[in-house]
Amino acid sequence: MDLQAIAFYTLAAIMLAAAGLVVTARNPVHSVLFLILAFFSGAGLFVLLGAEFLAMLLIVVYVGAVAVLFLFVVMMLDVDFVSLRSGFAQYMPVGLVVSGLLLVEMVMVSGAVASSGAAAKVKAAAVTGRSNIEEIGRVLYTDYVYFFQAAGLVLLVAMIGAIVLTLRHKPGVRRQNIADQTARTRKSGLSIVKVATGEGISE
Amino acid sequence: MGDIQDFWGTPVGWTLITLGEVLLVVVGVLISLAFLLLADRKIWAGVQMRKGPNTVGAFGLLQSFADFIKFLMKEIVIPAGADRTVFLLAPLVSFVLAFIGWAVIPFAPGWVVSNINVGILYLLAMSSLGVYGIIMGGWASNSKYPFLGSLRSAAQMVSYEVSIGFIIVTVILLTGSMNLQTIVEHQSGGFWNWNVLGGGLEKNWPMAFVMVPMMVMFFISALAETNRPPFDLPEAESELVAGYQVEYSSTPYLLFMIGEYSNIVLMCAMISILFFGGWQAPFPTPFLAGWAPILASLFGLVWFAIKIVFWFFMFAMIKAIVPRYRYDQLMRLGWKIFLPTSLVAVAVVAGWRIFTSV
Amino acid sequence: MNAFLLQYLPILVFLAVAVVLGALFIVGAWALAPKHPDPEKISAYECGFNAFEDARMKFDVRFYLVAILFIIFDLEVAFLFPWAVSLMKLPHATGLFAFWSMLGFLGVLTVGFIYEWKKGALEWE
Repeated sequence: MDLQAIAFYTLAAIMLAAAGLVVTARNPVHSVLFLILAFFSGAGLFVLLGAEFLAMLLIVVYVGAVAVLFLFVVMMLDVDFVSLRSGFAQYMPVGLVVSGLLLVEMVMVSGAVASSGAAAKVKAAAVTGRSNIEEIGRVLYTDYVYFFQAAGLVLLVAMIGAIVLTLRHKPGVRRQNIADQTARTRKSGLSIVKVATGEGISE
Repeated sequence: MGDIQDFWGTPVGWTLITLGEVLLVVVGVLISLAFLLLADRKIWAGVQMRKGPNTVGAFGLLQSFADFIKFLMKEIVIPAGADRTVFLLAPLVSFVLAFIGWAVIPFAPGWVVSNINVGILYLLAMSSLGVYGIIMGGWASNSKYPFLGSLRSAAQMVSYEVSIGFIIVTVILLTGSMNLQTIVEHQSGGFWNWNVLGGGLEKNWPMAFVMVPMMVMFFISALAETNRPPFDLPEAESELVAGYQVEYSSTPYLLFMIGEYSNIVLMCAMISILFFGGWQAPFPTPFLAGWAPILASLFGLVWFAIKIVFWFFMFAMIKAIVPRYRYDQLMRLGWKIFLPTSLVAVAVVAGWRIFTSV
Repeated sequence: MNAFLLQYLPILVFLAVAVVLGALFIVGAWALAPKHPDPEKISAYECGFNAFEDARMKFDVRFYLVAILFIIFDLEVAFLFPWAVSLMKLPHATGLFAFWSMLGFLGVLTVGFIYEWKKGALEWE
């Protein structure tokens, strides 16, 4: 067994163990931390495949952004996780059916990909001597332009959705308006009043 | 001699070489950090017309080492309600993440531990992970001030990371590579070829009008990303005592501090590499061809070190002379000014490159 | 083991060295320093009174919004990287197409950005 195989099995084992712990950990924050470990192992597997760009994206986007959001949610929602867990046995059959279906689908897809000779294409692409990030750049914005633009629209929808769902303005908040502040002149901000002795002034 | 050569080719020999390189980098960075920390305090003291540390060793040169021993002799206090594992894991994560970024930094021609194709993206990834040490520390302490500090810090770091990403894209557009060594080599031949002045190629000089502001924005974002003043709201002592570090003592605190300074110096190294030619001298160096390779590399290392120290000096001066930002101002600067500006800059640089390439 | 993976192996070694070093620091203090915890010492920091409630309280939903917006812009940046690397290496006509294609993508997201700005999602209250 060569080093590459050892690395693959180690990373895969860590990933599976971490994924299991995500589900079974008592504390939701620990779950998120195990999820991050699983993402890292996934990134390692991508590197083993030669897909360094995807590996780094997995870390930047999933670990650096998505998991931060998860942590926020888990820390912010003061949900009683023990009561949530009580329904575990009840929903178990449904969960098992869904995950069984997913497993079958994944086996079918990877079987189809493997039999169509995708592995040979990967090897062929590696021979051109360009890094895989350059290969992606060569096709993504030209050959797959519609998918690319669709991705942009999906992001737009996500952006609008997030704002519609979470943006609440607190009433009575006074905001700083920098333009107004700097536009104030001596004339608009100051008036000199002659006050007669013993009389005072009223507004 | 032949036997030795064969030995270095074997897996054991390779591991030994790599281990040696890694230890050299780690120890080198740690020792530099010890003196840079002292420099930070001395500069701060100088601005305030104080003397700063001056008792341990000549001019206080050994102050950091004395501090280290003191940290080592102090009790590790773990608060009662804390999550012990996460509490101790958090400083370790901060420290490790701040250090493994150095793996891809090219110190001199050919001197890089790991010369990967996506070096820039790797650095971006590692700096984006820095937020975890802080969130974990703040959450695990089970104390109000650390928790608030870690929340602030997380929102602040993610806000500035977007513009750092866009700014890096402008640099990649000029150099056409994400490999840090290639980016540095691309800026060879004198300071007029540095990316801050448009990345050479003779006709690119108008890009200096875009790249100089980008460099300034990168520097300011780096301040925010490393929680340095004027963006040190996560540890604003007048509001949050010391932010996420309140409950930490002894070496766990030391690990946080080393991690913070390592990140700062890493940011200085990134500015030098992306905008100021890394280990390139600011003038053409044809004479290096006649030098022994090791001397030429040392020559490069000296220039790289000078650039890093200069940027660290800027970090220290800003800490000394600029008052702290308010949180809404910080968010406004990140989202409403830096983000749109860097986005437009990406489009402008790309447009310039594509339309002048005919 | 090919040359590509050999570039990544040093990172693993680096990671191991950093973890060991960091752990050594903690173990060092644990071994050398005194250990005398008492109830006052290990209580959470507060300004002179006992903490009223659990420190892990609910906080503003705004942090959540910032995190979501960050994910979206982070993905946008992720799309920019391969484009920036390959733009000048494509044949000129293709490169021009890729340029306009990216401007379209950025344009769509700028619409979203303007919407955010107008809705006041970027204001911190």
